[in-house]
Amino acid sequence: MNLDSKIPEGPLSEKWTNHKGHNLKLVNPANRRKYHVIVVGSGLAGGAAAASLGEQGYQVSCFCYQDSPRRAHSIAAQGGINAAKNYQNDGDSVYRLFYDTIKGGDYRAREANVYRLAEVSNNIIDQMVAQGVPFAREYGGMLDNRSFGGAQVSRTFYARGQTGQQLLLGAYQQLSRQIGLGQVKMYNRHEMLDLVLVDGHAKGIITRNMVNGKIERWAADCVVLCTGGYGNTFFLSTNAQGCNVTAAFRAYKRGAGFANPCYTQIHPTCIPVHGDQQSKLTLMSESLRNDGRIWVPKSKEAAEKVRKGELDPGAIPEEERDYYLERKYPSFGNLAPRDISSRSAKEACDDGRGIAPGSGLGVFLDFRDAINRLGENVIAERYGNLFEMYNRITAANPYKTPMMIYPAVHYTMGGLWVDYNLESNIPGLFVGGEANFSDHGANRLGASALMQGLADGYFVLPYTVGDYLGRCGIHSAGKTKSDAPGFSEAEQAVKDRITRLLNIKGKESPRSFHQRLGHIMWQYCGMARDKAGLEKAIELIPELRKEFWENVKVLGEEAELNQELERAGRVADFLEFGELMCRDALMRDESCGGHFRTEHQSAEGEAVRDDDNFAFVGVWENQGDDKPPVLHKEQLVYEEVKFTTRSYK
Amino acid sequence: MDLHLRVWRQKNSETSGKFVNYELKGVSEDSSFLEMLDILNEQLVEKGEEPVAFDHDCREGICGMCSLVINGMAHGPERATTVCQLHMRHYSDGDTITIEPWRAKAFPVVKDLIVDRGAFDRIIQAGGFITARTGSPQDANELLIPKPIADKAMDAAACIGCGACVAACPNGAAMLFTSAKCSQLNLLPQGQPEKDRRSLAMVAAMDSEGFGNCTNYGECQAVCPKEITLDFIAKMNRDYAGARIRHFFGKAI
Repeated sequence: MNLDSKIPEGPLSEKWTNHKGHNLKLVNPANRRKYHVIVVGSGLAGGAAAASLGEQGYQVSCFCYQDSPRRAHSIAAQGGINAAKNYQNDGDSVYRLFYDTIKGGDYRAREANVYRLAEVSNNIIDQMVAQGVPFAREYGGMLDNRSFGGAQVSRTFYARGQTGQQLLLGAYQQLSRQIGLGQVKMYNRHEMLDLVLVDGHAKGIITRNMVNGKIERWAADCVVLCTGGYGNTFFLSTNAQGCNVTAAFRAYKRGAGFANPCYTQIHPTCIPVHGDQQSKLTLMSESLRNDGRIWVPKSKEAAEKVRKGELDPGAIPEEERDYYLERKYPSFGNLAPRDISSRSAKEACDDGRGIAPGSGLGVFLDFRDAINRLGENVIAERYGNLFEMYNRITAANPYKTPMMIYPAVHYTMGGLWVDYNLESNIPGLFVGGEANFSDHGANRLGASALMQGLADGYFVLPYTVGDYLGRCGIHSAGKTKSDAPGFSEAEQAVKDRITRLLNIKGKESPRSFHQRLGHIMWQYCGMARDKAGLEKAIELIPELRKEFWENVKVLGEEAELNQELERAGRVADFLEFGELMCRDALMRDESCGGHFRTEHQSAEGEAVRDDDNFAFVGVWENQGDDKPPVLHKEQLVYEEVKFTTRSYK
Repeated sequence: MDLHLRVWRQKNSETSGKFVNYELKGVSEDSSFLEMLDILNEQLVEKGEEPVAFDHDCREGICGMCSLVINGMAHGPERATTVCQLHMRHYSDGDTITIEPWRAKAFPVVKDLIVDRGAFDRIIQAGGFITARTGSPQDANELLIPKPIADKAMDAAACIGCGACVAACPNGAAMLFTSAKCSQLNLLPQGQPEKDRRSLAMVAAMDSEGFGNCTNYGECQAVCPKEITLDFIAKMNRDYAGARIRHFFGKAI
């Protein structure tokens, strides 16, 4: 597998400018309409890429599984988007944003990509304001900022607690404009079920029309996947119900390398699990940690009384509370990065000091002091909608009693391997947003996902996709048709798989299998992992998969709207992908960022990296069904930063 | 708790539908309404009956995909709450719950509780945007926007495009949805250059999709999960009237 990262020559701060200004090929505006580009996914990365490519003059087809591109899960991001504007005069710079992101990712991200991300962050804010995104403002009319985890500057721009929604709608409006102009054709309720290669290049996809079940072929000059992350492998996560790994996994099956699948982010501030009827976990924005203080009782006895409802948390005196993040990480306190905060919550609960009724799996996020200091009005202005949301879900009032939170699967840093141009090892297959692996290393900092999605979609892919098309040459434009070899085989494979799923006629529902997989993943490949557990999972998952293919019950027909069939197809892929995650976690015999191997921790319980042996991107190549995948490595070479042990103390 | 459900079942847009009764037992009061439907569907699958199709995705009240009329109320009885955030603790053991899809001429039923809201997308495509090429616009802070205006624009921008306003309106009007986007952009300085074009185009698209007219029932505001208010409709009417007059004199921008 060719893993040439294609990082341009020159100093870090000049790479991108030189690369886009000199190296990348251009396509003449009059020729662009002859090329057809497929974009799968309509979130920040996909929506922005489709809109920008359409605006440049390419013919674009964009696909999403929802009923409208406006519903992609980018919409659910709450807290904000980072940019190195230094509007607060607190010493921020492109370099600091770059450095914080590399450090936050525990030195497992590709340096040049991260620098570019920090560099274009400022353009994103300008662009989104020009599009009419109503960011929060100060009375003087200038933009307001807030702080986020893992940084000592205020660089996060926000639109109440709905920043993701506002940015996504900004991108959606640009996409809509291009749809109205006829530059982009939008296909809602279409799910990509396979990638088509022609002469080794990505030249098309196979989709299922989710309303009438029709399987269709789509030919193009290149394919851009912006299909999000794979957090739903765990069944319970903060992802939307429909989020899935299928498009990326189908690309992997066709030869694309899958990088760092074990890197998952467990977000520290989610509402605790309440029972076995639950279908999803709800995130409370990290921004709450600006004013909320996280604690558990110092004594197990007090914690037990709280769990049983015998002790009101407000009655626990100050000296009997353990504000463990402030105690362990005094300089970052409650704004320690997500992986560290999550792990500390787990430690406190493992220690018997968790406070959620029943399971105990929960810690307090307390606004008492902030309300006393600032007044309820100020807190309501900052977090009112989040407090209301908490109240709707739990029926508790966070103005009066502390919130209960617990970590939950939230984001996946791993994804399809891409080079500096965001092109995978399959020529013509580009991958943007959460679906690729490149920018967040082993842990993503808060307010960086929105930044990366928009950076890829607006400021990277429009250049690099054009470069690929330019390199292919105008003689090739629009030449691939859907009767090319590769299409019929892929289409047949998709149809066969659907027929197979419908004909098993077993006894257990796809949802039930998904839930069982989720239990295995959370237990053995969750917040803490070890060799024995991962080996166990690698035994259990194939057994469950076998059972699935013998006993799954998929009702309904092929040629109609069939949500059970949709779910079954996605679960089938999760059942294979979960094993790949465990294999990667087993291979990575170190702790880094969100990947915590209990064998590798310091006396204080901090993650211990092994830079000598594991400073690489682990890229998996599929070897066909029932054969273990092969590992390839892209060494991570740092020109600018030096490996140091992360410290937030 | 145990519940009696009356659920609208309809095979596809070509066939007519009907209510079907189901008995559901053992629902936790901590479950959300959609989790209750998940339980129903698991039981139907167990019995070999086709599960109820319904739209849902984020389940945290922001994507706007879920769309159920519950006992005659779009999104159910709770103020400012989407169905996915409605919890069963608001119901009691033995309750009868009637569940229907959005009903409006412009939102045809696709299957069971799922409707086609493509008309909303087409209204946005007609003019619900600011023409801002991807590139290098001016620095974001060079454009000062007074906080009250930014806040008002944000109030409008909070719309999730779920369509409850249409489902609740006796006229099947999309005025609240259309005015929310139109007003957000018309309020902001960035939106001024194409304000008239936008107002005219969005209203024209809304009319051509078959939505009804506004006669000030106010039902839309009452059911809106994001509490978008009627004054945006008033604002759009003013913007539209101004644009029509300028258009008549050939002065529309």
